[in-house]
Amino acid sequence: MSNSIIKVENLHKSYKMGNNALHVLKGIDLDIKAGEMVSIMGSSGSGKSTLLNILGILDTYDRGNYYLDNIKIEKMNETKAARFRNKYIGFVFQSFNLISFKNAMENVALPLYYKNISRKKRNQMAMEMLDRMGLKEWANHLPAELSGGQKQRIAIARALISNPKVILADEPTGALDTQTSYEVMNILQEVNKMGITVIIVTHENDIAHRTQRIIRLRDGIIGENITNGDFQPITDNEIFTNN
Amino acid sequence: MFNSLQEIFSTLKQNKLRAIMTGFSVAWGIFMLILLLGSGNGLQHGMENNFRGVAKNALWIWSRQTQVAHDGLQAGRRIQFTNEDYDFLVNMFRDDISNISGRFRLWGQGTVTYKDNYGDYDLEGVRPEFKNIQIVDIIQGRYLNQMDMNEYRKVAIISLPVKKALFKDEDPIGKYIRISNVPFMVVGVFENPERRDDEQIYIPVNTAQRVFNGSNRLNELAISTNALTVAENKRIEEAVRTTLMKRHKVAPDDKQAIGIWNTLEHFKQAQGVFRGIRLFVWVIGIMTIIAGIVGVSNIMIILVKERTKEIGIRKAIGATPWSVIRLVLSESIFITALSGFLGLVFGMGLLSAVSIILKNIAQQSPQVENIFYNPSANLSVVVSALVVLIIAGLIAGFVPARKAAAIKPIEALHDE
Ligand SMILES: Nc1ncnc2c1ncn2[C@@H]1O[C@H](COP(=O)(O)OP(=O)(O)O)[C@@H](O)[C@H]1O
Ligand SMILES: [Mg+2]
Repeated sequence: MSNSIIKVENLHKSYKMGNNALHVLKGIDLDIKAGEMVSIMGSSGSGKSTLLNILGILDTYDRGNYYLDNIKIEKMNETKAARFRNKYIGFVFQSFNLISFKNAMENVALPLYYKNISRKKRNQMAMEMLDRMGLKEWANHLPAELSGGQKQRIAIARALISNPKVILADEPTGALDTQTSYEVMNILQEVNKMGITVIIVTHENDIAHRTQRIIRLRDGIIGENITNGDFQPITDNEIFTNN
Repeated sequence: MFNSLQEIFSTLKQNKLRAIMTGFSVAWGIFMLILLLGSGNGLQHGMENNFRGVAKNALWIWSRQTQVAHDGLQAGRRIQFTNEDYDFLVNMFRDDISNISGRFRLWGQGTVTYKDNYGDYDLEGVRPEFKNIQIVDIIQGRYLNQMDMNEYRKVAIISLPVKKALFKDEDPIGKYIRISNVPFMVVGVFENPERRDDEQIYIPVNTAQRVFNGSNRLNELAISTNALTVAENKRIEEAVRTTLMKRHKVAPDDKQAIGIWNTLEHFKQAQGVFRGIRLFVWVIGIMTIIAGIVGVSNIMIILVKERTKEIGIRKAIGATPWSVIRLVLSESIFITALSGFLGLVFGMGLLSAVSIILKNIAQQSPQVENIFYNPSANLSVVVSALVVLIIAGLIAGFVPARKAAAIKPIEALHDE
């Protein structure tokens, strides 16, 4: 068997807009191995989020094949999709998407609630995860009381708590300053070292540079598929000075 | 279960004010329902108190003057019952009558005295069977019996107010009171639960006729029948009326000469009225609760809309549609059940407070208990109300829950 965690063949997706259809993905082929750390780049509106949502079974596709952990993902009912998401996937979003009235620990513990794990066990596991993120002291704080970097680390902790195979991060550093962005990337690299596949959507070259492979979307297809090292940033080289 | 309760609490805490406002309408509905039902019961109990001292299938028979000339007799003739009427009815209605008594009233037979105490009381000669028609509680001693009748004993039973007036704290049993100067031995003290203040004395009817020149005359007749239904009682009433009219040569169309009060008929009529009131109360109560449900439902819909993002997040991290439905439904049921329960408790509390106050008032004026008594909502009412509540919660949560379950995470989480 192949060790592909995500395998996509000739994937098509279009959005219906009244009588017209907006053809966003026009035949994507993609093969991501278990344990890889990959970034998806592309200009705004090129369909990066659309692709990521399909990979996360938040959205459906029109044509092609998608295998997650060698399981063919087809149109399925919402309950089954929820189970898949809960089992395989952890999401990290640009705007963190923490629940505002739950404190850090409760936010991190929430996926375990949908795994029917007892409250005591959930909170204990969440505390351990927060500890690993260096956020133990912030466990009882509400999201509004935390900085952007802290919020994103909590979101990563929440994504990790249910022990997923894949982390899907849609512009995880998009709302953060450079310094904090690098901290978050450090954590995601740590996560990847644990053996978890990490897929990051970004339009920042320096962020993409820290992944092993860069996939560039252009006109609804894969424009470039570059293993790092061969990677040539499109803009200036100034980012390398930051390293 | 406890797990989900925690979830409910943390979201409701977030929307405290709204949850309270929503709950209030349901609490109000249940409160009103309990109050109305309790009041209905109070009125009904009061009405039933009115009938408590009387056999429910009793016939009270009295006579007046004829209105119509008949069989060669003039109109305006006074009908007089006698012992023969009594004997005739006993024989003729052996199967229909369970108790019958003639009543010989002693109007203006002077005063009743004991030692230095005296008073004018309601005096009446009755048979021992009368105790099953006009039901009284024996406080002390005994009721009149057949031996008293057979031996024309000069014995009397007196009501509690008479005992208090004549004997104060003295034990009246075996003591002699004087009725128009004739000594009668007191053998019992009773209380009329229907009219506790009444100053009454009962003596054996044949003693009364003999001692007070009654000959064989009777003023009234009282019957309790074996009838179980209003129709049956009505049939017996008509048969008794016809028999007595024939015996006294009353014209068949003379409706005035002989009067009969049919207790069962009036009891059932009153009961019917109260059944109607209760139905009405339920309708009003249910409608109030429906208004509450609509309120809860509307507010839950707004709540779900405001929580679109949160629900999207929950779905993205693995919440199934069913778990979202459960979240919204259990919140809705929680609000309705808790607030409804509070309404229930307040309603019941108010009812029992009123009940206690009424009991206190009744110490002074017992008549109150014949109008409004023990306004309680019984267990079955409470259980029905609770069932209504749970169903109300489910209905109120249904639409918002479906809306919540239909939320698409990609749309909810769309970064603007
Ligand atoms: N739910 C939707 N309905 C209609 N059009 C959409 C929807 N989501 C995205 N699009 C359109 O599809 C294109 C790709 O969007 P997206 O995948 O979000 O791009 P990216 O994340 O690369 O900026 C855009 O033109 C966007 O307007
Ligand atoms: Mg995007």
